[in-house]
Amino acid sequence: MLDIKAIFSKVDRRLLAGILVALLFLCLWIANAALSKYVIFIVSLIGVYIVAAESLNLTNGYTGLFSLGHAGFMAVGAYTSALLTFPVKGREMFVIPKLPIFLGGPEAAWPFLPALIMGGIFAAVIAAAVGLPVLRLRGHYLSVASLGLMVLIAALAMNLRDLTRGSIGINSIPTYTNVWWAYVSAVLTVYVVWRIVKSSFGRAMKAIREDEIAARVQGINPLKYKLLSFTIGAFFAGIAGGLYAHLSGAIRPYAFSFNMTFQIVIMVVLGGQGTIAGPVVGATIITILRYVMKPLEEALGIYGLVELVYATLLIVTMLRKPEGLLGRRRISKKAEAP
Amino acid sequence: MFTPEYLIQQTFNGIVFGAMYALLALGMTVIYGILRLIHFAHGALITVGAFGFYLFFAVLGLPFPAAIVLIIGLGALMGVILDVVAYKKAVGGPEVSMLITSLGFYILIENLMKLIVSPQPYAFPTPELLDRIYSMPALTFRTIDIFIIATSIAIMVFFTLFVKRTKMGVAMRATAESGEAARMVGINIGRVISISFIIASAIAGITGFMWGAKYGQISYNMGFMAGVKAFVAIVIGGVGSIPGAMLGGFILGILEMFSVAFLPPGYAAYRDGIVFFILILILIVKPSGILGQKEVE
Repeated sequence: MLDIKAIFSKVDRRLLAGILVALLFLCLWIANAALSKYVIFIVSLIGVYIVAAESLNLTNGYTGLFSLGHAGFMAVGAYTSALLTFPVKGREMFVIPKLPIFLGGPEAAWPFLPALIMGGIFAAVIAAAVGLPVLRLRGHYLSVASLGLMVLIAALAMNLRDLTRGSIGINSIPTYTNVWWAYVSAVLTVYVVWRIVKSSFGRAMKAIREDEIAARVQGINPLKYKLLSFTIGAFFAGIAGGLYAHLSGAIRPYAFSFNMTFQIVIMVVLGGQGTIAGPVVGATIITILRYVMKPLEEALGIYGLVELVYATLLIVTMLRKPEGLLGRRRISKKAEAP
Repeated sequence: MFTPEYLIQQTFNGIVFGAMYALLALGMTVIYGILRLIHFAHGALITVGAFGFYLFFAVLGLPFPAAIVLIIGLGALMGVILDVVAYKKAVGGPEVSMLITSLGFYILIENLMKLIVSPQPYAFPTPELLDRIYSMPALTFRTIDIFIIATSIAIMVFFTLFVKRTKMGVAMRATAESGEAARMVGINIGRVISISFIIASAIAGITGFMWGAKYGQISYNMGFMAGVKAFVAIVIGGVGSIPGAMLGGFILGILEMFSVAFLPPGYAAYRDGIVFFILILILIVKPSGILGQKEVE
């Protein structure tokens, strides 16, 4: 009998990963040429969501924190990069403010890549500022504080009209994001998370997740690693937000509401928290599900159907297979009373 | 603007809102104490309560007291359902998985409500008796404000007595202190959890009525901010402390009112943002809250 596992273990994992990535891009190349624009849009969106889900996985899955602020960080990245890249000659017409001098002044529109990275950095800085006090506390506080941060960011996006145009949002953002941008970012994110998880950093994070006191005894500084994981997660969320803005071409504060956070959370939970491939699978399934069900929802006139299905999926996953589709059941987790 | 009358009026408004936060916080803190669970779905129960009242009172035309009793029952029923369907299985697993389950239930209830009642907001059918306006030199109020304050204080007093004096109340406090030890001395923890859910959810049900009557408008997603703010109230008062949760609710209500009343008009839109700004400030300055003790792992 063919023992697939034995074969896999013999092949260098990196080589295997390289081949997979090459195959992925070959498929994308063919798809890009063959499929309609709408399908390609969805395919690219999956890539963007992989970035978001995998970065949330670093925080929620590997470090055992439970951040609910991912949509907030995406909003920061989206608005930052959209404002930076907005064409100079369009700014007057669309009532987009001039950039402050330290960001290049009124006559500069940034190229896509630096703007994207700037969005990520901005999100990471905010995460670090909030994380530093909050991560000293028990894990639950982070859930609420990060949720609060998301609400706060949404309120700012709604009300700082001179910068964000309020609820109208920003449209006519140059649509730089294509399949290549989306998937190169996705592969890079997965690679970075994988490298982190396999390094001593990652082992420290997992140790904290399993038992914080035991980790502390080993000389691990929990705050440092939690903060790192939260900040790196936020950085990639910012990148995902920037990609999203330049894919859809328009952003509104509403797009980064609690539903977005929930969607990313369910991608991670469904796929398997604390696995590399889980969020990738989760992002793919959930995004496809959304675009399959949207027309159905409109045809039947049942608004909220998508969210209902998401919520049901989430609950069933938690009750039946809490480790997710690709996760392995962890036995070490303390079954705390009661 | 800073006249004493204005100050009194805004403090009064703050107390009314605070009473509702306090009731929600009360239920959430009991559940948090016992299960270490931030019960996100708790907020959704006020939506159920509010629309339940709409159904019983406006659609079916039942008398006011009957409608109130029914929504309390409806809340309790939701508590039973949540307990049986959701948490019976999740208890004992990692804390995070209960949190995720609760999140799932929040979204499920919210979207079921959206499906049933449509996304449009409804005008709330406040009974005429509770909608009268009284004006005094320093204070203008509606009868509903008095109803809210009186009812919530009554509930709080009863609840405190229940927790302090009855056998079940003692069992609840013991379970919150240490589930393991409580089990050892023969407390039926499953029952404690069920009772806590039922009481907390019943209180949330009637809070839904108050919420609707105070705001005059209800919609399928009204519970979200309410639930999250209730948790902020818990943090302000001190996690794990029942008097703290109530105190935190009142403080949050007053702070929120003041932030709307005394900041320049443009800032009123930041109302929700300000609440969370306060949360983050408290977490930085005094994470154990006003009456709470430092939590040890």
